[in-house]
Amino acid sequence: MKSLRYDHEVIAAWIEPGERVLDLGCGDGQLLRYLEDSRQVLAYGVEKDPDNVRACVANGVNVLQIDLEKGLAGFEDGYFDHVIMSLSLQAVHNTVGILEEMLRVGREAVVSFPNFAYWKHRESILQGHMPVGEDLPYQWYNTPNVRFFTIADFEALCAMHGIKIHEGLGFDRGELVKEDHNFLASVGLFRLGH
Amino acid sequence: MTQPQSVGVVEPQRMRFEAPLALKSGGQLDEYELVFETYGELNAERSNAVLVCHALSGSHHLAGHYADAPENKGWWDNLIGPGKPLDTRKFFVIGVNNLGGCYGSTGPASINPATGVAYGADFPFVTVEDWVDSQARLADRLGIKRFAAIVGGSLGGMQALSWTLRYPDRVGSAAVIAAAPKLSTENIAFNEVARQAILTDPEFHGGNFYAHGVVPERGLKLARMIGHITYLSDDAMATKFGRNLRHGKQVYSFDVEFEIESYLRYQGTKFAGYFDANTYLLTTKALDYFDPAFEYGGNLNTALANAQADFLVVSFSTDWRFPPERSREIVNALLHNRRNVSYAEVECAAGHDSFLLDDPQYHGVLSAWFDRI
Repeated sequence: MKSLRYDHEVIAAWIEPGERVLDLGCGDGQLLRYLEDSRQVLAYGVEKDPDNVRACVANGVNVLQIDLEKGLAGFEDGYFDHVIMSLSLQAVHNTVGILEEMLRVGREAVVSFPNFAYWKHRESILQGHMPVGEDLPYQWYNTPNVRFFTIADFEALCAMHGIKIHEGLGFDRGELVKEDHNFLASVGLFRLGH
Repeated sequence: MTQPQSVGVVEPQRMRFEAPLALKSGGQLDEYELVFETYGELNAERSNAVLVCHALSGSHHLAGHYADAPENKGWWDNLIGPGKPLDTRKFFVIGVNNLGGCYGSTGPASINPATGVAYGADFPFVTVEDWVDSQARLADRLGIKRFAAIVGGSLGGMQALSWTLRYPDRVGSAAVIAAAPKLSTENIAFNEVARQAILTDPEFHGGNFYAHGVVPERGLKLARMIGHITYLSDDAMATKFGRNLRHGKQVYSFDVEFEIESYLRYQGTKFAGYFDANTYLLTTKALDYFDPAFEYGGNLNTALANAQADFLVVSFSTDWRFPPERSREIVNALLHNRRNVSYAEVECAAGHDSFLLDDPQYHGVLSAWFDRI
């Protein structure tokens, strides 16, 4: 799934120069390239798609071809300052497991995901169809997404598992949404900790 | 983009070293020769050299062919050449036959200057570290202070890894392919069966068979058959041979019936016709002994602390000799030491031997990696 530039800028602002960063589902390594260039971090990506692995190598970023569903075994506890999962959480089966793994290997976790409760999506459903749009660019029959949840759902899950939300932002077409994220934001972006 | 080409006609070179080489085993080679091949041009800064280390039965002949033997292509010809992943228009590529080998470098079949006859059983044990040291001397002679990259698959991958530990400032990048930080017990067990086949062959004569004008052909053949099984995957073997019967029915004999029997016997016999038994013994022992973490109490993290290179680690999903988890051990230790490392786990049906084949993902990743060097 294509990462959005605004997403990258917000994430980069949370990261201090010289940090150790892990990007899960890193795609072609665009975000990592950006973080290395703008923040001089020591960065690694995790990706399972062979074409993306090749693209990361071509982009000169460290990439590890690992299936996220198998967890992050082999990564040391607390090794990373930030573990990022940009627009991929909805494509992972083991949702709670991966969130716990992110907070095991990282001091902070950063996740972004499409918000299924976005008002345009609600409109689609009311009209009888699954939502398709900029942040959900797939039809129901070919989507890689396996979890369909909302910002409110995610906040409830964090509360249930003792995951602290340091910061939660909402975006609509790249613009910061000031209020009522669960209704007005198409993408949620969270900074999480213990 | 131009079509990938062969490096064409190549010629091996030979270099003689008169300064004694102290070996890890405590032994020493007073003098020795290395046979090697090069492809491409060394640039003026001498910064574009890539060393390719060979696996168990490999040699210096990586790419192209000899003028008088157009069929004898180098073992990594699919990887090395103009427009290929390891592009000889950019890199100066070197292949060296390891010490103890049987393709021209000083080995057990060479004449021992001290006795005037073949070394045979007197050839000292050589290790991965010794090979690396001898290769470093070759690099010195060629005026190469630092390699742009050192690459190898299987035992060659272990050499590449060893280079980054013994000469950290002489390796820019290292590709460790289908390798492991040390053999598993099961790996050693297979090697031991192979060695016993050779050691108990009546024609072995304690390693001095040269003097008797014979070769322990049966032992070598068995050793290769055992080895060969471990290089392939169950699926690859099933796809290629299945349970096909030569006569179309079971004839209840110990002659060749199943196609896989025919194949293994053919491969074994062919191998026994050209490979040296002592080289096989020495090389499998070098594999068994390799364990950079040994002197650090088994701690691979500590063992790899000196490495400075940027790494590429590649494994193959159906390789059960050096499965992906073994490569991940190297990756994890490199992560611990904050090295730059990328890891590709290639879905490939062919087992350990996949590193010799031209799988699209595998060669794609190598291309992208060499492009960045």
